Amino acid sequence: MCTWITEKVAVTGAARGVSDWMTVNQVNVFYDHPVQAPFDHAVIIDFVDPSAGVGARVGIELSAASAVELVRAIEAALVSPEAVRDLADERAANRSTVSS
Amino acid sequence: MKDEMLVEWVGFPGHDGDVIEAYSARPLGRERRPGVVVLHHAPGLDPWCKEVVRAFASEGYAAVAPHLYHRRGPGHWADVAAAARADGVGVSMPNEQVMGDLEGAARYLRAQPGSNGKVGVIGFCSGGRQSFLAACDVPSLDAAVDCWGGSVLPQEPDPLRPNGPTHGVIHRAPDMTVPLLGIFGNDDANPDVAQVDETQRVLTELGKEFEFHRYDGAGHAFFTTDKPNYRQEQAVDGWAKVFAFYDKHLRQE
Repeated sequence: MCTWITEKVAVTGAARGVSDWMTVNQVNVFYDHPVQAPFDHAVIIDFVDPSAGVGARVGIELSAASAVELVRAIEAALVSPEAVRDLADERAANRSTVSS
Repeated sequence: MKDEMLVEWVGFPGHDGDVIEAYSARPLGRERRPGVVVLHHAPGLDPWCKEVVRAFASEGYAAVAPHLYHRRGPGHWADVAAAARADGVGVSMPNEQVMGDLEGAARYLRAQPGSNGKVGVIGFCSGGRQSFLAACDVPSLDAAVDCWGGSVLPQEPDPLRPNGPTHGVIHRAPDMTVPLLGIFGNDDANPDVAQVDETQRVLTELGKEFEFHRYDGAGHAFFTTDKPNYRQEQAVDGWAKVFAFYDKHLRQE
């Protein structure tokens, strides 16, 4: 069923996107000098597909407090019954993939 | 007119003969002029670093900033930088490679019409550390400026930074033959006050030609006009120190 559960958090930061959907198969997370966000340091999260070149990237730069709020929102979203069930299924599938 | 300049992207052989791209600005006048190589900070060859290149041209220098992440491209500079930073500095900017690219940039500047044969280097953040190393590793340079270069001293091994510059570059200080200017903010965490003290102590004991200017009320990257780090009063004084240093070492023939 549709969950219609949305966690909204106020954040401060910057993002760099792409014009259409792209495959994401790696996330790079670091705390360093941002390019655009108005801070000395920021949590930088790059969703990338390395096989598609450096431009296949959605980059997000958040203040430290904003990143903590984002983590909290993600964890809150993951407590829904649907998420708990899907997480268990995904982990079981990954275990069987690794063991086979 | 003094402010007339030519700004363009150029290419020249860097480390291992790789042709690398670089952002160049030089005055259009006929007077003989020195050159400056600008080593960009860790976020990449961004608009502020290009602004620095143009600022040198408006002060009568031919300036060029090699794109130190060039090999990780092609692409938008911010995406190239993101990929390079994800690889780690030890992979994306090994010291030997940066020194080779810097030497290529210096050769390029000396070959330009109007060059007086003298070339200085200035680097910011990671580029500051690289500029310090250049003062030890590239004796053909005439002056080096280290702006808040971190990790000049050895760093504690950090499992989160497997490719970090843990060895520092201070062990190369005995080889330093190029005059060095250092600009630091006393609120910086890397390098912090104790680290700059230690670097200063080592250079003093070795009898090296250097001058450090250290600013209260400023932290890391306090020249960057597009960041909250900018400190107007300290930055204006710091730039004056940079140009006085270059005037002394690059203009007097």
